[in-house]
Amino acid sequence: MQYVDEFRDPELAKTLLAHIRHKVSAIAKASERPLQLMEVCGGHTHAIYKFGIDQLLPPEIEFVHGPGCPVCVLPMGRIDGCIEIAERPEVIFCTYGDAMRVPGRNGSLLDAKRRGADVRIVYSPLDTLTFAEQNPDKQVVFFGLGFETTMPSTALTLQQAKRRGLTNFSIFCQHITIIPTLRSLLEQPDVRIDGFLAPGHVSMVIGTTPYGFIAEDFHKPLVVTGFEPLDILQALAMLVDQIHDGRCEVENQYKRIVSQQGNALARKALDDVFELKESSEWRGLGSIAGSGVQLTPAYREFDAELRFNTQEHQEVADDPLARCGDVLTGRCKPNDCPLFGTRCTPQNAFGALMVSSEGACAAYYQYRRGLA
Amino acid sequence: MCLGVPGQIVAVGKDIHQLAQVDVCGVKRDVNIALICEGEPAELIGQWVLVHVGFAMSIINEEEAQATLEALMAMSVLEHEVGDFIGINAGADDAVR
Amino acid sequence: MAFTEKDVVTMAHGSGGQAMQQLIEQLFLQAFSNPALNEREDQARIPLSLLTSVGDRLAFSTDSYVIDPIFFPGGNIGKLAVCGTVNDVAVSGAVPQYLSCGFILEEGLPLQQLEQIVKSMADTATAAGVAIVTGDTKVVQRGAADKVFINTAGIGTIPASIQWGAQHIRPGDSILVSGTLGDHGATILNLRENLGLEAALTSDCAVLTPLIAPLRDIDGVRALRDATRGGVTAILHEFAAASGCGMSINEGDLPVNSAVRGVCELLGLEPLNFANEGKLVIVVAPEAEQATLAALRAHPLGKDAEVIGTVTDTARVQLKGIFGASRLLDLPHSEPLPRIC
Repeated sequence: MQYVDEFRDPELAKTLLAHIRHKVSAIAKASERPLQLMEVCGGHTHAIYKFGIDQLLPPEIEFVHGPGCPVCVLPMGRIDGCIEIAERPEVIFCTYGDAMRVPGRNGSLLDAKRRGADVRIVYSPLDTLTFAEQNPDKQVVFFGLGFETTMPSTALTLQQAKRRGLTNFSIFCQHITIIPTLRSLLEQPDVRIDGFLAPGHVSMVIGTTPYGFIAEDFHKPLVVTGFEPLDILQALAMLVDQIHDGRCEVENQYKRIVSQQGNALARKALDDVFELKESSEWRGLGSIAGSGVQLTPAYREFDAELRFNTQEHQEVADDPLARCGDVLTGRCKPNDCPLFGTRCTPQNAFGALMVSSEGACAAYYQYRRGLA
Repeated sequence: MCLGVPGQIVAVGKDIHQLAQVDVCGVKRDVNIALICEGEPAELIGQWVLVHVGFAMSIINEEEAQATLEALMAMSVLEHEVGDFIGINAGADDAVR
Repeated sequence: MAFTEKDVVTMAHGSGGQAMQQLIEQLFLQAFSNPALNEREDQARIPLSLLTSVGDRLAFSTDSYVIDPIFFPGGNIGKLAVCGTVNDVAVSGAVPQYLSCGFILEEGLPLQQLEQIVKSMADTATAAGVAIVTGDTKVVQRGAADKVFINTAGIGTIPASIQWGAQHIRPGDSILVSGTLGDHGATILNLRENLGLEAALTSDCAVLTPLIAPLRDIDGVRALRDATRGGVTAILHEFAAASGCGMSINEGDLPVNSAVRGVCELLGLEPLNFANEGKLVIVVAPEAEQATLAALRAHPLGKDAEVIGTVTDTARVQLKGIFGASRLLDLPHSEPLPRIC
């Protein structure tokens, strides 16, 4: 077993689709308005469009593309902070490729690189430690970005930096957590989401327990889901079954990777390196309490913003016409936004969700323009 | 931020602080195993793991994977027996709306 | 000419003086030696009879090569500069015959490296039956160029019977590729970005003339392009724009090497968008499909050729996934970057 093609079998996909059609046709409320199922993770959005899963489903099911794409929810002010550091002559600024094109007020990191900044794409944060050791006269800064999936790798990298006594290494911390954001979403009065596909790789770290409140307090069904097409279809079938049976439970479709308790070693590393921040700004959603982390006192010497004493980059208000927040909460579709495809395109992204290829608007633009 | 891919561990170092090597479709990459290894690294050889940004994040549970697929296959057989295929193929064909 | 490791290109090599003469005599003229070049005039003089004996139209193309790194598995910038331009000429159906080459050298480039590049250009040209008949060398100060840039221009003659071009494409035609996708792009990305991936990745950089030659005898070949920058996606968009037709390809039929697939999985990229340097995208009438496929597969450069889709009458480029659902195949607005989300 290689764990990829096995989970792309078209025959089994047909079976799952038949099951979903059959079950959904027996759900009375789905005939009045489509069921709105939120895939929280941008990786799921990507897979849904790549494999055309949205087109295969019966019309009674609609996807709502959630906030789980760290690049999409990256505020302009944070990119401005990165660029301020990256443009210092002594700095080698390292980032995942994803963040290169996200626009700030003075352009993107790619633009900073064009202006002469030493900005490097890395596959792994561990590679940045090598840069630090090879360039003792330079300051190497890693842009730590992402949810709980990516956080442990930043934490372990910092632990190694500390162990090796590296004084020319630091991180720009933009790690955020998904649970408070889901809660804040559910607390909004007119959100009509009927069920959740929960992020498989975040859950690999945090386990399935933290989602309990979604079923218990908000009475929504939830299925932790893998990223292959059969994973997504099976999770949809499980969600539809729950809705059909009137159940609201946390179920786990992705048992080959995700356990109930998650990865204890990873969480231990997180507790060592990160602590919750009072609040964090999300592009398109505003500030959300307890949704981001900062370095613990033991690691604060590695905080790039403290080390370079960066200025406060002011929050940048989104255009009042932009409906990013409404797309994220299922109140409208990407192409209902007046900016979609006109002032806001992947080449010249205005709103959060057009920025990354995982963003709902970018995926819609890229794969569905003219097809819908 | 979730691009994780399955890879098979093909080489390990002496302890968890040394990088191991995984194979993804014939592409080899050094990965950190500190998040999945509590015993001897050598025990990991041949295991499939989920690789994300140069870290092995989870050992893939083969039994669970088998169980998932077997459940789907059983479902498939059942669906065949019920003969409930009306509309499915049509659904796939008119996929481009 | 025996260069040592310490010998480098200096401004003198571009000065017009002795150093430049020496370089031209001992490196370029020796490596590229052919009658037209050896006359040492300011221009190559090509008898029209040599051209008209082959066909009735001239195919003329130029391209500049600025690749980083300049050496890579499967080739180097010199080999690429010959293959790329020869292929651009050959996809018209022409027999490529003559090349020019212009070098822009950065001061400090090791002469051993230049020698290796020039030798590989000469070998590739000879093997392709093409003569490098005129050239130019400039040296710029360190930092004004990146090691070496090469421009080549090529001419060839198109046989009178050949009328290939994207405007001939019709709905119902078949779309073929001559082999696996993305080998060059994946190789270069891994080297350039230093991503630490170890893989049996080799650029597919090759002269495609011998693969194209048998296609001239097949009725119903509509258009050929070599899928370089922008990959197969870019060619399909060019075909769609030129013909007013749509292009629909099947994801399950795309030939991809295992190692390229691994790189794409790890970095979240699409082989369709990666550059190739030795792959054709071919559109043929439906009745010519099997003959074309057989002709391609008969040559080592085309052994992995596949039919990947059909031309449609709705003017859009789309990819039909393994479950039968289609999505738009958007032309990426810039070079693919590795992603982790």
